[in-house]
Amino acid sequence: MDRMRARVLVVDDDPALAEMLGIVLRSEGFLPSFVADGERALAAFRDTRPDIVLLDLMLPGMSGIDVCRSIRAESGVPIVMLTAKSDTVDVVLGLESGADDYVMKPFKPKELVARMRARLRRGEDVAPELLTIGPPGNQITIDVPAHTVMRDGDEVKLTPLEFDLLVALARKPRQVFTREVLLEQVWGYRHAADTRLVNVHVQRLRAKIEPDPEKPEIILTVRGVGYKAGTG
Amino acid sequence: MVRIDPLILRARRLRLRRIVPQAVSRRVRRLWAVLRRQWRRSLQFRVVGITLSLSAALVLAFSYTVASLISNGVLQNRIDQTTVNVGAGAAYATQELTGFTQLDDPSLPTAANKIAVTLQAKLSNVAAEVVMLRRAGNLNVSWPKLKNADIMDSPQVNRMRSLVTGLKPGTYQQIATLDIGDGPKKYLVMGTPVALGSEPLELYYIVPLQAEDELIQFTGVVVTGTGIALVALLALIAAMMTRLVVTPVRVAARTAQRLSAGLLDQRMVVRGEDDLARLAAAFNQMAANLQRQIVRLEEMSRLQRRFTSDVSHELRTPLTTVRMAADLLFSSRDEFEPAAARSAELLQAELDRFEGLLTDLLEISRFDAGFAALDAEPTDLVPIVRRVTGQLESLAERCKVELKVVVPDEEVIAEVDPRRVERVLRNLVGNAVEHGEAKPVVVTLAADGSAVAVTVRDHGVGLKPGEEKLVFNRFWRADPSRARQTGGTGLGLSISLEDARLHGGWLEAWGAPGKGAQFRLTLPARNGDRLVSSPLRLVPDDARADEAALIGETP
Repeated sequence: MDRMRARVLVVDDDPALAEMLGIVLRSEGFLPSFVADGERALAAFRDTRPDIVLLDLMLPGMSGIDVCRSIRAESGVPIVMLTAKSDTVDVVLGLESGADDYVMKPFKPKELVARMRARLRRGEDVAPELLTIGPPGNQITIDVPAHTVMRDGDEVKLTPLEFDLLVALARKPRQVFTREVLLEQVWGYRHAADTRLVNVHVQRLRAKIEPDPEKPEIILTVRGVGYKAGTG
Repeated sequence: MVRIDPLILRARRLRLRRIVPQAVSRRVRRLWAVLRRQWRRSLQFRVVGITLSLSAALVLAFSYTVASLISNGVLQNRIDQTTVNVGAGAAYATQELTGFTQLDDPSLPTAANKIAVTLQAKLSNVAAEVVMLRRAGNLNVSWPKLKNADIMDSPQVNRMRSLVTGLKPGTYQQIATLDIGDGPKKYLVMGTPVALGSEPLELYYIVPLQAEDELIQFTGVVVTGTGIALVALLALIAAMMTRLVVTPVRVAARTAQRLSAGLLDQRMVVRGEDDLARLAAAFNQMAANLQRQIVRLEEMSRLQRRFTSDVSHELRTPLTTVRMAADLLFSSRDEFEPAAARSAELLQAELDRFEGLLTDLLEISRFDAGFAALDAEPTDLVPIVRRVTGQLESLAERCKVELKVVVPDEEVIAEVDPRRVERVLRNLVGNAVEHGEAKPVVVTLAADGSAVAVTVRDHGVGLKPGEEKLVFNRFWRADPSRARQTGGTGLGLSISLEDARLHGGWLEAWGAPGKGAQFRLTLPARNGDRLVSSPLRLVPDDARADEAALIGETP
């Protein structure tokens, strides 16, 4: 992957903001392309095969939430929401529909770029590593360099972020991770940030790997502290 | 008059109370309490109680009158009859005894006996007794020879006898319970003197009143029974009638309770066209109006929130563009001419202010819309205080203000929303540093069992009287002409006050010209508790001492 020229798809209906984003992104070494409405977003996504998507939640045509869902249905590409709403429901809804992270308007350019780079920082661990977690009879196997997760011989499709979250937990199976530590390790936040990011993504991950997400056995909640990987 | 010492009275009462077994007195007291409670709370109980007592009094008076009328009538009948008999008997006896002048005439007893037997035979009621008595000297004789001869010596008829033997001739009567050989019974005794020489004989009629007595008793039973039945029936009717009225009222009360609990669809059943139906209809109309109003307000509130949210988005998008453009210009300002470079700097700085203002405006509109929610959790306030003062250390250095923190050694846990508390403290400490005039600012944290409090004290220009309320007004400034250093939005304290209120807490200010100001935030230790006091004083101790010295008091 040419990380110096990462392709970015900007889905935003505001032409001025899109143009300004283009200026900033180009100056930071990204290769941006733009689409202004939700209905053409998916086609543009298929055309440009971006490395990362910047998505405005409020769009004409199709809502940002729906765009997010349909992109997520066919790809694990990192999605960063641009949101002007600080109301709990909207952020959670965006995260639940598949966004990896969000940036609140008005943001500083440096902040946005930092978030994007955190999501693009990948493929650094190349050492062969095979992790196994979960109780006996309900184990999942993670091949770290190959980015694959196997359960009962079937591959489980995870987004890169979900994969990172799972690997972070699986590498230290007995350790309890606080949400703040996970925000730093997986999302790359230096300071305390929105812990709902962790909650929502743990739920999404459980939905994919747990036989019964209501009674999780692979990713356990430690009440009042955080999460840990379940072992035999 | 004998005055009884109240102590003795009380001792007597106590003794009495001890005599009554404890369990019984407790049961009686409990019953009394239940009755009193019913009397207070139940209209039906009250109506039935009043009906019962009033009708009981009425029936009692009525039946007493009826019973006495009947018994008087029956007795009078018998008395009249016996009076006639006594008159006739006396006349007959006088006629038969005309030949006798001496009481010791040897043939007198035979004659008297004959008269008594004759008179008795004349009576329709065979059971009646006629008695003739002669009394003189040692002789105390009565005719005819009775089963119980000294019956007329019974103390019960003493008074009548003395009347008969007295000076005034006439017929006297008395009702007395006598025993003439077959147990004590009620009798009507009538007597009159029969002249015989210088001393009279006494003639008595003893008439049994058994039949009359039975009738009177029967009448009493009937009247009492009827009275009790009548009272019971009246109480029952009263209970039923009140029930008829009270039931819909109770239904209305229950419906009103449900309505106020938020079940706005609750309505009463309207049946018929009477007053109760009108009550139900009016009630329903009121409920419908209320519901309409509430729904309308909810809709308005929803629109307001929607508007806030929309404005937020609409303003933030262009602001983002401007922000990024300003950033770009700012980072390359070295390449500009001095005027343009300074413009880029100003643009950058003012954008920060603009952003802060926008954030605050949105925050306060969220409070106004009632949309602010408290995320309270048990939180240690010590790290929050330290974090806030740490963050403001650089501002304090710039203002040459020394920041002192006084916190307890142990942790101070309270159920608060840490984000909001931090925001309030940042605001208070920031203000104190800005207005501190390079003199120390003291932040104190304290707790008692029910509340936690933080005071922020500065020694700046202070507040004029009356200003301690004004500072919480939106966009209020102490001195409009005064140069501002950091450019607060003017909404900070308003938001802080709302944050404190959301916790059910207090945010208050104290200030005196030249002595600085102190702000106190007090929050309940448990979310939802009501505050009654604060662990810290609003007026600082040094200021109290000054004021006390001024008035001449010891603090």
